[in-house]
Amino acid sequence: MEQEIRVVIRSDKDIVDARQKGRSVALAVGFSAGGATLIAAAISELARNIVSYARSGEIVIRALNGSPRQGIQVIAQDDGPGIRDLQQALRDGFSTSGSLGLGLPGVKRLMDEFQIDSEENRGTKVIVKKWKQ
Amino acid sequence: MIRRDGNLETTEVQEEYAGALAQEEPTSVLLRELVAHLRQNRTQLREEWARRITEAQLLTAMSKDEIFAEATSVYDNYVEALETETFEALQAYARNLSERIIPRGVETHEVVGIVLLLRDVLARSLFAKYRSDFTKLNRILDAYEPAANRIANTVAVGFVQERERVIRQQQEAIRELSTPVLQVRERLLILPIIGVIDPQRARQLTEQLLHGIRANRAKVVVIDITGVAAMDATVANHLVQTVEASRLLGATVIVTGLSPEIAQTLVNIGVDLGKMNTVGDLQGGIEQAERLLGYKVVPIVEAS
Amino acid sequence: MEVPILKQGDFLIATIQAALTDADLLHLRTALLQQVVRSRSRGVIVDVTALDLMDSFASRTVQEIVHMIRLRGAETVIVGIQPEVAFAMVQLGLTLENVATALDLEEGLAYLNQKSKTIS
Repeated sequence: MEQEIRVVIRSDKDIVDARQKGRSVALAVGFSAGGATLIAAAISELARNIVSYARSGEIVIRALNGSPRQGIQVIAQDDGPGIRDLQQALRDGFSTSGSLGLGLPGVKRLMDEFQIDSEENRGTKVIVKKWKQ
Repeated sequence: MIRRDGNLETTEVQEEYAGALAQEEPTSVLLRELVAHLRQNRTQLREEWARRITEAQLLTAMSKDEIFAEATSVYDNYVEALETETFEALQAYARNLSERIIPRGVETHEVVGIVLLLRDVLARSLFAKYRSDFTKLNRILDAYEPAANRIANTVAVGFVQERERVIRQQQEAIRELSTPVLQVRERLLILPIIGVIDPQRARQLTEQLLHGIRANRAKVVVIDITGVAAMDATVANHLVQTVEASRLLGATVIVTGLSPEIAQTLVNIGVDLGKMNTVGDLQGGIEQAERLLGYKVVPIVEAS
Repeated sequence: MEVPILKQGDFLIATIQAALTDADLLHLRTALLQQVVRSRSRGVIVDVTALDLMDSFASRTVQEIVHMIRLRGAETVIVGIQPEVAFAMVQLGLTLENVATALDLEEGLAYLNQKSKTIS
């Protein structure tokens, strides 16, 4: 069954909404509580970026029920200013100081697949996937 | 050609006519004809196949009766796949079959082998049937071969996937067995790590430890890595994350048995070893842990 | 969502019930500070047992709460971070530096009691 949930992101309330929906879908797909929390955390950070840097955007959560493996896909899209220096934003020096910028390296670590499309003044689109172990 | 025997004439005319039609017959019609032939001759083809399996010394882990029973299922599923030209049912059957025979010790080459033997047995019977009409034989084989190859592929892949799933499960079980979280004293947990740690095992260790901290209400954890030869940056990072996550649950972590090489790896990834609680060996680590647990806050007033 | 804050002797206990929005967290920060001043508390426990997740904003706000309360001479301890939440946090690099943590309410109270013995 293909499930797709869209959450419009405009305020901080939507961040909680998006991550709770993400958690539900993750649990429905069969992720453990730990896995579902990681997914919720990634969604929270992605949604937070939308609230912080763009006027509005949306999070689309989709259960991946194919074979041989199942997983979850999250797309975070916004019409914001875009990221000027992607390299910098994605830099992950394995430091544990916790960058409180865009949190993208963290999101990358939480998920199995990570793809980002961003251009100055053209918005940002992040697609992440996580597979059930 | 006009013959005095009416039957012959009819048959020959029929064959010529059929031959002419063969040029225009679409694949699906040919496949239907093929499937009918396979169903009609099911018994003897199946027996032939079972015989060749035994001859090739495949499926030695199974008895003759078992081979025959499975051969029947495989044959019927094979023919059905040819008939419906869909492979989902076959895929499901292949996985199901694999689930049953893998614990019996059946290997990949055997499964691939028997499917190919079936393909050969069926192909030979087609050669025999259409040997007088080379054109038709070609058309039939044109229809048969891609389908037969796809079937062989589907079964083989289904088997391999199932095998991989079983292996993963077994690895998981081994991992769990080899990383016990030990409660040695009250509020003190020891996690001795031995061998090679890959990122997945590291992640599992962390999860097990965190749950252990909560379950045992541990205040100090001693992670002993004396038995770990080397650690790459990813795993070293996991170790650091384990220490940090444990702290969030209110537990202090002491790392013991840090080799110079691993210490270097940690420094390379930006860890301030001064901030990490490390002790040379496990014994020393436990002693420090006990000191930590017996630690009393002495009011400044009393001390002076 | 209003977070209930209970007074227990010299200490305050704020028990978070469920997922908090950013606005809720900021509200909690203000409410706790006001209460600390009003009750002249020496310690604060923030119980996050029921919190589904602590993200970058929550983590930052918690650090601010601890800092602000410390300026009033009181200690804060965060208790009840769940294993899954802790794991997700460290993956995101959120380590709550300079924030005292304990396993649960009992441990949190023990910690505050110990700490308040050194505060003259």
